[in-house]
Amino acid sequence: MAKILILAETNGRRLKTVCLEILSHIDESHQRDILIFGDLSQSLSEELARYGANQIICLKSDALKYYSPEGHAEVMSNYIKEYNYDYIFSGSTALGKDLLPRVSGLLQAGMISEVTEFHLKDEVFTGVRPLFSGKCLTKVQFEGSPPYFVTVRSNAMGLSKNPVPGPGTVVDVPVKINNLRLVVQEIVRGTSQKLDLTEAHIIISGGRALKSAQNFKILEDLADVLNASVGASRAAVDAGFAPHAMQVGQTGKTVAPSLYIACGISGAIQHLAGMRTSHVIVAINTDPEAPIFSKADYGIIGDLFKIVPLLTEEFKTLLN
Amino acid sequence: MNPYDEFAVEQSLLHKTAHPGSTVTVIRVGQSRNTEILRTALAMGADSGILVETSDLIDSYMTALAIKAAIKKSEKNPDIIFTGKQAIDSDCLQVPQLLAQMLNLPSVTMVVDVVKIKDPLVVKREIEGGSCEIYSYDDPVVIACNKGLNTPRYASLPGIMKAKRKSLQVYSLEELKIDESHRKVRSFDFQLPPEKPPGKLFDCTDESTMATHVKTVASLLRHEAKII
Repeated sequence: MAKILILAETNGRRLKTVCLEILSHIDESHQRDILIFGDLSQSLSEELARYGANQIICLKSDALKYYSPEGHAEVMSNYIKEYNYDYIFSGSTALGKDLLPRVSGLLQAGMISEVTEFHLKDEVFTGVRPLFSGKCLTKVQFEGSPPYFVTVRSNAMGLSKNPVPGPGTVVDVPVKINNLRLVVQEIVRGTSQKLDLTEAHIIISGGRALKSAQNFKILEDLADVLNASVGASRAAVDAGFAPHAMQVGQTGKTVAPSLYIACGISGAIQHLAGMRTSHVIVAINTDPEAPIFSKADYGIIGDLFKIVPLLTEEFKTLLN
Repeated sequence: MNPYDEFAVEQSLLHKTAHPGSTVTVIRVGQSRNTEILRTALAMGADSGILVETSDLIDSYMTALAIKAAIKKSEKNPDIIFTGKQAIDSDCLQVPQLLAQMLNLPSVTMVVDVVKIKDPLVVKREIEGGSCEIYSYDDPVVIACNKGLNTPRYASLPGIMKAKRKSLQVYSLEELKIDESHRKVRSFDFQLPPEKPPGKLFDCTDESTMATHVKTVASLLRHEAKII
């Protein structure tokens, strides 16, 4: 039995799905505890229990209200040390990506970033992760002694179909922070009400062929019907049609949604790098030779300005 | 050069301009034949370079240790460290935070904007859903740069000529006392991602069949792919 701690995060009133994905892919022979900064509502702790959580540790301090890489790392590493955890997992989220390397550095421990698959056999972790923007895959294992740190790409593994529930006992742990030099002063909220691209189950993305920022409206309309988020290619971002936060690809976000609809995106290697682990890919493009078609499960050759509105109407009918 | 490192080099040069009297040192951990990358940074305007030679693939932990050791050995006491947010081969996004932790410095990653360059330094870190966190700080810190922060300059011809005479210190991993015993992660069994079977293609260039094809795709997404 390995002692496992999974960092969970909430996004408003719901849990980020990636922590449930991780939890449901580790079998019940291991001790699967959850770590949360702050409070957790009863319904969310019940949800974690359904997916197998043993204890749900809520680290509490007024100083944790605003994110501080050092402060959060300090309290997390203290907890890991005190209870001798073997493995610490987190989603490859903005928080997980920033915090876990610091905690692993504090404990002089190894860390594996953004696996798309993993298993624990006889307590030995083996993961699979993309290299060179997904052009190559490698298996990864740890050297040396625990603890070991792992981040997992959201949506890459999906939820296991038959999770074994756990007790989900909530434990409040008041903590003190000694080392606080740099703290978030202010958070500037984005305007979008939609899920972040890295978490979205469906993404509708637009390329340079959209021709203007206003034309992204037709993608928004489709996204509203499918409860999807809207992304953009680098060409569209560089042309000023969309903000960088919406960019999918090598210098943008890496995503793995269930469905990725690429509209007017040719499919440069840098774009494919950001979305090739999507489960189903639909491409709409006027150029039948566009490289995106080689990655598409369903390719539509034609004018996106005619096809996207038709798709929107079609899904409206289907979903009613 | 890794595009994120270009943003870091550019930001360090902007920082130098805003703080007269400063110098910029660029450090690279990698194979010795790749000194062009350091020469490019020197040609852009950095003052000196350090190369830590490695023969093999080393992990993030060893890379951060090597940078820390090179900083100590060269007796540079940086007031600020700029890095790219991640490499674009291994895509780990660990070294900036690990290095900060090893040097006992605070860090801000995914920096997309410098709101104020001094007194104090104010930066924006991109989080999720287009939101940003704002940090302000005036003491030594590690800043990991993301796209959007600045537009990296091109090296000028005089810059390229001058770069040839700038100092380039070379250390080996052995000199820095780093070896395989520091390795934390082993990669093996490199493979190409599985080829996707060819998808279904629908030609909608003809308006008369467009509506039928779109209907078929929507129906396939629901009944075959079972997503919608």
